[in-house]
Amino acid sequence: MSSTNKILYKLSYLYIFWMFLFIVLPVFLVFWYSITPLKSGNSLSFYTIKFTLENYKHFFVKSDYIKSLYNSFKLAFFATGFTLIIGYPIALILANMKGKKRNIFLLLMIIPMWTNMLLRTYAWQYIIGRNGLINHWINQLNSFLPFSIPELNIMYTKTAVMLGMTYNYLPFMILPIFSVLVKLDKDLLNAAYDLGANKFWAFIKITFPLSIPGIISGATMVFLPAATSFIIPQYLGGGKDMLIGTIIELQFKGTANNPNFGSTLSIILMIVIFGITTLFSLGSKDESKGESLW
Amino acid sequence: MVKGKIFSYLYTSLILLFLYAPIFVLVIFSFNDSSKKMTWEGFTTKWYIEIMEEDIIQSLIVTLTIALLATIFSTILGSISAIGIYHLKTRYKRVVLKVNSLPILNPDIVTGISLMILFLAISLQFGYTTMLIAHIIFDTPYVILAILPKLKQLNPNILEAALDLGATPSKAVRKIILPQLAPGIITGALIAFTLSVDDFVISYFTTANGVDNLSIWIFNQTRKGITPAANAISSIMLILVITLLTIIFIRLSKDFKKKESH
Repeated sequence: MSSTNKILYKLSYLYIFWMFLFIVLPVFLVFWYSITPLKSGNSLSFYTIKFTLENYKHFFVKSDYIKSLYNSFKLAFFATGFTLIIGYPIALILANMKGKKRNIFLLLMIIPMWTNMLLRTYAWQYIIGRNGLINHWINQLNSFLPFSIPELNIMYTKTAVMLGMTYNYLPFMILPIFSVLVKLDKDLLNAAYDLGANKFWAFIKITFPLSIPGIISGATMVFLPAATSFIIPQYLGGGKDMLIGTIIELQFKGTANNPNFGSTLSIILMIVIFGITTLFSLGSKDESKGESLW
Repeated sequence: MVKGKIFSYLYTSLILLFLYAPIFVLVIFSFNDSSKKMTWEGFTTKWYIEIMEEDIIQSLIVTLTIALLATIFSTILGSISAIGIYHLKTRYKRVVLKVNSLPILNPDIVTGISLMILFLAISLQFGYTTMLIAHIIFDTPYVILAILPKLKQLNPNILEAALDLGATPSKAVRKIILPQLAPGIITGALIAFTLSVDDFVISYFTTANGVDNLSIWIFNQTRKGITPAANAISSIMLILVITLLTIIFIRLSKDFKKKESH
């Protein structure tokens, strides 16, 4: 056994080299460019004589950028909250379903994730847009009601962006919570009932605390993509709300065209995210955090 | 109690409605006889014929071939690497797994940009190849994470028994370890494929201006004004996926029933 182990671990060498080249090196290069001044013609030349902290200064000095980071996190935070409030009951209901019915509903929940993310975000414009379905129905309703319901006017607002985030990432909150609830030992609940607890208190004292790892997992899987998305703000926010994802994209492929500053933003973003995930993993007692998918 | 059940059904239906609303809209508007997005101007199936046009078929081929190739490469790389990583000493294992999780934890925009910068720094020409490499890079960590739990569940004694009975290490790996890892490998491959088919951000940053995958094509469409052709192709893919999943589901239920009746 130990002799095979002595060989088998060497299989990892290929991947370690791969990771260095394709995971570590790119991050290092981003950092390199973040402390390099913008070259004329916006070329990303690797060779540079002077280093500068100008890009970082620019980030902190111009309050817009900190504001956009804050706004992105705020929106993502609320979206995460909504997915939790909406999704937790679904996870509970699913966990209490039996066999075939549960599998069917799980499938139904996952199928929307198989449509293209851009299209299903864009499609919300059809529904909540000025000339969209909801307003169409409201107007029809208004034509024979004595009072008139106001039109929905949330397109291109932060509310629409939050709706889009909640919509897109809801399954990512439901599934981890579901997978934890499913493994819950029913005997614990039965013991609680035997000892006189009603359903409400059994939930509060037993089910909910035990589901917290799932909640943390789900929250991570919703918050991070939501905070850094640039599609959802672009389609549903009109691209005018400067969220951090939008700004970074503009630096590289859009009008701002400052890849060095974009690199700075990326590094700052990575540091903040690293900080947040470290906080989360401190709150979770699961030792095997890095070793499985959830 | 009954009130609880009614509430559950109502709530679940509401949420399902929420989840499927844009999808219904997508499918319905794929039959819209109008290039202007939101006004319904009659029923037509012409968009399903329109999608046969050059651009969109090209991007579909790119999407599918990249997803397929990336899945194959990342699954092979991931399987070998998972086995290797599993047998590393704990302190090295921890570091390796931390680095491995970077493409997973990093938002796609950061991964996409870092890869774009890497390719620029080594003056690699952007295009199909860079997109493929990028996909393999972000697929492999998921494959590894899907296989590692299966490695944990392996009974080491079986491997030792096989070696004692005279199997060469390579035969032992092939005939004993791999079959037991199969569920993890398949899961990893499925995840990789799913991620690659639907990827937008990373592909967007690592491709050239002409090599589009389906998501990028759609993105360009939304800049110009989306044609229902995009809806049409999305609807077709959706039907394919639903059909595929239903078939798998029925087969699994049949297998389950067979096992029970024995």
